[in-house]
Parts: sequence; C-alpha cells; structure tokens
Amino acid sequence: MSATEPLTLDVSQTRRVPFGRLVSVEIRKMADTRAGIWLLGLTVLVTAAFMVIFYFVADSDERIFGNFIGIAATPQGFVLPVLGILLITSEWGQRTAMVTFALEPSRSKVIASKVVAALILGLGAFVAAILLASIGTLVGGAEGGFEDLKATTFLLFLGLQILSVLQGLAYGLIFLNTPAAIVTFFVLPIASSIIFSVVPALQDSAPWLDLGTAQQPLFEAGTGADLTGEQLAQLGTTSLIWIILPFVIGLIRVMRAELK
Amino acid sequence: MIEVTGLTKSYGGFLAVDDISFRCQPGRVTGFLGPNGAGKTTTMRVMAGLTPATRGETLIGGHRYRDIPNPGTHVGVLLDASAQHAGRTGREVLMVGAKTMGLPESRVDEMLDMVSLSQTESKRRVRNYSLGMRQRLGIAHALLGDPSVLILDEPANGLDPAGIRWMRDLLKHYADRGGTVLLSSHLLNEVELIADDMILIGRGKIVAQGTKKSLLAERSTGTLVTAVDNEALSTALSAAGLQVNRAGDALRVDAQPLQVGQVAADQRLVLTELRPADGGLENLFLELTSDSQRDDLTHTDDPQGAPA
Repeated sequence: MSATEPLTLDVSQTRRVPFGRLVSVEIRKMADTRAGIWLLGLTVLVTAAFMVIFYFVADSDERIFGNFIGIAATPQGFVLPVLGILLITSEWGQRTAMVTFALEPSRSKVIASKVVAALILGLGAFVAAILLASIGTLVGGAEGGFEDLKATTFLLFLGLQILSVLQGLAYGLIFLNTPAAIVTFFVLPIASSIIFSVVPALQDSAPWLDLGTAQQPLFEAGTGADLTGEQLAQLGTTSLIWIILPFVIGLIRVMRAELK
Repeated sequence: MIEVTGLTKSYGGFLAVDDISFRCQPGRVTGFLGPNGAGKTTTMRVMAGLTPATRGETLIGGHRYRDIPNPGTHVGVLLDASAQHAGRTGREVLMVGAKTMGLPESRVDEMLDMVSLSQTESKRRVRNYSLGMRQRLGIAHALLGDPSVLILDEPANGLDPAGIRWMRDLLKHYADRGGTVLLSSHLLNEVELIADDMILIGRGKIVAQGTKKSLLAERSTGTLVTAVDNEALSTALSAAGLQVNRAGDALRVDAQPLQVGQVAADQRLVLTELRPADGGLENLFLELTSDSQRDDLTHTDDPQGAPA
C-alpha cells in the first residue's frame, strides 16, 4: 500500500521470446512424452519395414533408389500428418494450451512455431527415408541402383512430405481434438476419391478437385517421371482446397478461440 | 499493480462476469473469493489474455497482458493445476517453461526445491501426481520466471493442511518482498488466513471488497467475549447499557471489542477471549454459496470443485 511501491511493470529491458526458441520448444514437446517418442520412432521403423517388404516383393532389377524412396512415401504419408495433428491437438487434449499461450500470448507466433517445428520434423523423416533408401540400395539394390537420379525425385518426395504435414496441422487446427482430426484426415480423402470415381460427371474434374488423384503423380515420380505443368496446377488447386483452406479456417478458429 | 476496470464477459445471454472493477496492490495478497461458477476463473483468464473480454479491460502493471514481452518473467500464472500434459514428467513440465522463457536449467532445480518436490518425484510423470503435487508443480511453474505479479486460481485446492500452511508462508514472503498476489478460492477460511485484501464475487458481480480487517469490522455483528466469570461480565456489560446474548460458552455483545474490554478492565474481570464476531462475512459468503448451488444443478463448469 505504501506509495513507494511501483505500480507499473518496467518491461523495457525484456526481450520478446525469440521465434527460434519457440520452435525448439515445440520440437522438444514432440519428443518428451512416450506417445511422441513412439510416433517419431514409428515413422522411421515403418519406413524401414516398408523398404524391407519391398525388397522381398520386388524383382531384382526394380530394387533401385528411386523405388525405395517411392515406397517410403506411403507409410510416411500416413504417419507425418498424425504428427502434425498431434502437435496441435495434444495442447488442447491435455489442456496445456493455457500454459503455452500464457507464456507467449501471440497466437499466430505460437502456431507459426508449430508449423516450422512440424516442417523440421517432416524434413527429418525425409532425411531418414533417404538414408534408409540409400542403405537399401547399397545392400540389396540392383546394379546401378543410383543411376538416373534426378533432383526432381527428391524435390517431389519432399513436397509430398511437406503437404501431408501441413494437412495434418490444418485438420488439427480445425478440430482441436485428436480423434476427430485423425478420423477426418483418413476418412475424408477416401470418401472424396470414392465420390470422384463413382459419379461419372465428376470423373473428369477429379484431378483438379480430388487430392488423392492429384497427388498420384507425386508417388510415381520416384521412378524419374517428370510432372507436367498441368499436373502441377492440379496439385495447386487440390492443395488449396484440401490443405490451405482448412488451415486458414483452423487458424482463424484458434485466433478467436477461448483457450480452456 | 493489477487493475480491472468495468470487466464484463458474456456467453450468449449468460453474464459470467458483470461489470467488475478492482485493484491489487503490490506487497499485498489479494483474495478473490466466491463460490464455484461465480466468475473468478473467467476473470483470471481474461487477465492472462486467454479469454477475450466482452467489455472493459484488465491491466497488469499498466500493460495489457499480450503487450508484456516474455510475460512469464513478469507475471506468474497458475490457472489450472491439472492442465499439464499427463505424459510429461514434472521436471520436464518445468523445463519446457524454462526453455520458453530462456532460463537456465538450474532454475528448474531451484523451483523444485522451493516447492518441496524431490528429484525422484520430479522424474515421475504428472499422470501419477496427486492434486496436491500438481498444485506444487503449478506454483513452481508460476514462480519460474521470478515474476513480480502472481495470479493463482484455487492454488490451495488439493493441498493438505501442512501444504496450505506452506503456501500461506510462501505467498506472505513473496508479498513481503514487494510482490503482488491475486489468488482465488471458494473457501472463506483459506482466504481469511492468507489474504490482506479481499474481493467477494457472486454470480459475476462483486458483492464486497476491502481490506480483510475492514470487511470483518464492517460485517461484524458485535464482539465475542469469554471471561472467567461470564455471569459477572454479563451483569457489568448490561449495566453499561450494552446488549448481551449468550453464544455457547461465550457472550455476544453488540459493541466494539474496545468497549467490552474497557468494561471488563473497569470491573477488574479476567478475560480469556475477546474478538470481533465475524459471522457477518461468513453469512454473506454462505448466501452466495447457496445461490450458486442452485445454479450448479444446471450449470457446472468446475468438475474439480471440492465440497466446501
């Protein structure tokens, strides 16, 4: 009560929390629970398992680097979005969002740090896939397994990884609930591709509107095939509809939401 | 240090917080008292920028919360001790906070020490913590950044009597060093023990506020006194023109303690107890509680609410 007590906080000497620090904390939070460690480990294990299965199933001349990488796209396409989803939804499921946003009130900054953290983890999965594919090719690959390698093989695979991580983040942001986000993430594309393949009137527009159809060339790109301009445009429109749009809606939701 | 002005928060047609204003002073512990669902938590959440206010504003040290850089180093917030990732260890919860604020790891050990969580306990997952341990962890988290303002929602919830005593001493010392403390509770006794200033809130409105002493005096319904010879004291007080009633082993007198003491001294009577009767505050609080208990049948937003 005495008049000498300061009634204002002097914040002039305090720096805002640097963005890089938020990113490193987000990565730490992904790896400091059993669920997180398992998911990260699973990403690598499943990728390796798929390559081993491929080794036994494929003819010996098919065991080239491009195919090993291509086979990694399928399991990682399942696991990486879940990683993106959990990065967002675990904060709500465990109610730690209250703590996170009390320590950094800028919601856009926190979400941005989660996006960057997810992309770094996606990049990690990409590097792991390349390492595993290299090992697979060296150990059990056909002669000349590294021939005909093009930069686009890597770029398209990386593009696919990034898209699926972003898609996971978007669904996490929209639902803020792990089961709902995961179920929707897996069911919606199936429902979409069924509709687009069954309804004759929609079949022609499927590559422009259905994410699965548009991403198909990316999976095949491992063998060295290039994407046409049209295919890239189709990837653009479907990514806009299925990834960017949900992401923006989810972001708006979180910016306005009351954090419980 | 904390200044709330005309704060209103409505959910649809329901007014959770209805035009409240109050201040918390540095060097003092302010108790925010009210039954569950009275609007305490909502008010504190608005303070920490987690809930947007419908009208009005809250300033901490002259700033809106979201304008405070690295806020954890200025304002310690504990809104819900259960809001921690059950799969993290207690130590890791503090590490995440310390890393975000840019604090060294040694600070985590200091805080664990301060709240008496052992190194072994700190390596267990929060899932296996009792509510009391979670409260200690939450208080450690709030104090990590060495803030000058503390905002604690129901910090004593789940603590055993020794724990409550410990927290009382901790917060007293914190305030003595110039810190500002706002803590909420739905238990009158808890707040009475810790707080210097009190704010009573019921159904979104402030119903009473002031220093603990003034509130007790204002609401006081007289003086409780016990003498070795109650009969003689009763006669003497009546003779002095004061209204006297029996209240168990004591006498309830419609007068200030000073007057009663003076009468006893004049008559050379030995007193064993002399204090203001604080039944008024308790009655007021019970009124609030009974109101909200009816509300709670249709509106429960605090599943943790311990029975009063």
